[in-house]
Amino acid sequence: MKSNNLQTIYVMWLREMKRFLRAKSRVISTLAMPFFFLVALGFGLKPSSSLPGMAQTKYLDFLVPGIIGMTMLFTSMFAGISVLWDKEFGFLKEILVAPVRRSVVVLGRIAGGITTALIQGILILIISLFMGFKILNPFGIILALLFMILIGIGFIGFGVAMASIMKDVQGFSSIMNLITFPIFLLSGALFPVTNLPNWLRPIILINPLTYGVDGLRASLIGFSQLSLFLDLAILLIFGLAMIILGSYLFSKTEV
Amino acid sequence: MSEEKLGFYFLVKWSIIKRNFMLAIETKNLTKEFNGLKAVDNISLEVKEGEIFGLLGPNGAGKTTTIKILATLLNPTKGEAKLWGFDILKQRDEVRNSIGIVFQEPALDNRLTGKENLDFHARLYGLDKKTRKKRIEEVLNLVELQDKANVLVINYSGGMQRRLEIARGLMHYPKILFLDEVLKTCPWVKKISQHNGIIDLNVDQGEKKIPLLMKIDQKEAGFEIKSVNLRKPTLEDVFLHFTGKTIREAEVSRIEKNKRLRPAHHPPIR
Repeated sequence: MKSNNLQTIYVMWLREMKRFLRAKSRVISTLAMPFFFLVALGFGLKPSSSLPGMAQTKYLDFLVPGIIGMTMLFTSMFAGISVLWDKEFGFLKEILVAPVRRSVVVLGRIAGGITTALIQGILILIISLFMGFKILNPFGIILALLFMILIGIGFIGFGVAMASIMKDVQGFSSIMNLITFPIFLLSGALFPVTNLPNWLRPIILINPLTYGVDGLRASLIGFSQLSLFLDLAILLIFGLAMIILGSYLFSKTEV
Repeated sequence: MSEEKLGFYFLVKWSIIKRNFMLAIETKNLTKEFNGLKAVDNISLEVKEGEIFGLLGPNGAGKTTTIKILATLLNPTKGEAKLWGFDILKQRDEVRNSIGIVFQEPALDNRLTGKENLDFHARLYGLDKKTRKKRIEEVLNLVELQDKANVLVINYSGGMQRRLEIARGLMHYPKILFLDEVLKTCPWVKKISQHNGIIDLNVDQGEKKIPLLMKIDQKEAGFEIKSVNLRKPTLEDVFLHFTGKTIREAEVSRIEKNKRLRPAHHPPIR
């Protein structure tokens, strides 16, 4: 039974890889937004300028970890919500009648989504290096990858959960606009969260991406506003909770 | 059995092989309600090993819903069902392993090739590498898609997609095959059943024939219950019969008028 579970995870992953490699337009369109943010803000606000209160940190250096977090957020949500496309095209039925545990199917989807999201996140990181981004400490990259994976797990699980309770793809764009964008904008990806008014603080503090971006910043440029331990702990809890929630709601799916 | 009762639910059974039977499908008082509307009302049926079983009824009678319940995609509101002796609620994995299914709507990943779709299926059902390779070839030959194996499904015609789904349904050596309106959407099945006899559903199944549960529209079947008279029906006869083109000398072993099913979303017909 164990090996069958691994096989299920593998086959879900394999399918995602094949689809990813064939869907060039999808890769370009999901990468386009973080890329434009990076270029427009990175160059527009002058790489050498700095934000009020952070004289020693260049804005580009501040921005890049945020944009990587953004890439992970969008690609992960997209991967999770792709359950909806399977629903739309009927393929979900094929998965649901198979003699496999649905929670394992969700794990397979997370494995596939993480891989594609990581590839895109790393591409953004490479692009930013050409723009003049400097990584403080090469070992920080490993820590950054860990944060990217944790962000990915959480939001893919969240996406699967949302897709499981939605009926069709109509809800997709509203999820993207009403949930994903606020999560991105209120995460401190573009500016220090301390610049926002106090009444927004609770929202920022319950936003898991805040901790992801902060952790990425700590590992890549050594600047952070929260403790690294707190970042890791919150993301771990978030990831675990979303795996459980996603698996639970997905296993309740009826088609 | 008057024809005026067209709005009723007919279950027509043909006994294909008469021998010591294993019950392939067994349901007791199966009921499914959607928001208080009864889609499937108290249906009790038995299908024996080797039988072909046609599920007939007007639109909204609950045919697809019944198939979905039996395939563990929907939970019944009430009642129980066993497939190949396995309970649909308590032994889901065993049930899922025993059945192959071709859905009414296409259910393929069209960004994968035909072969990749089959491979995905085979891995989900735990076939080992050697069996996978052999079986993929077998079922592709069966539905005559061997030269399209490495073409993306998005480039398949509608009929080819249905054929691929039939192949997929047979991939893991199922004991029971469900076909939901396949004749209607796949003329190839008709053609092949008329010219070559039935597609040989027994590819490497040993001598056992797999029972089929299929859903046919009364209209589609061109089917008049009174005139059916199959004496020694074979799979071929039944397929031919379903196409509505040929009515052979035949005998229906049993026509069962089941409990009435109220259409879920349509007003009762007539």
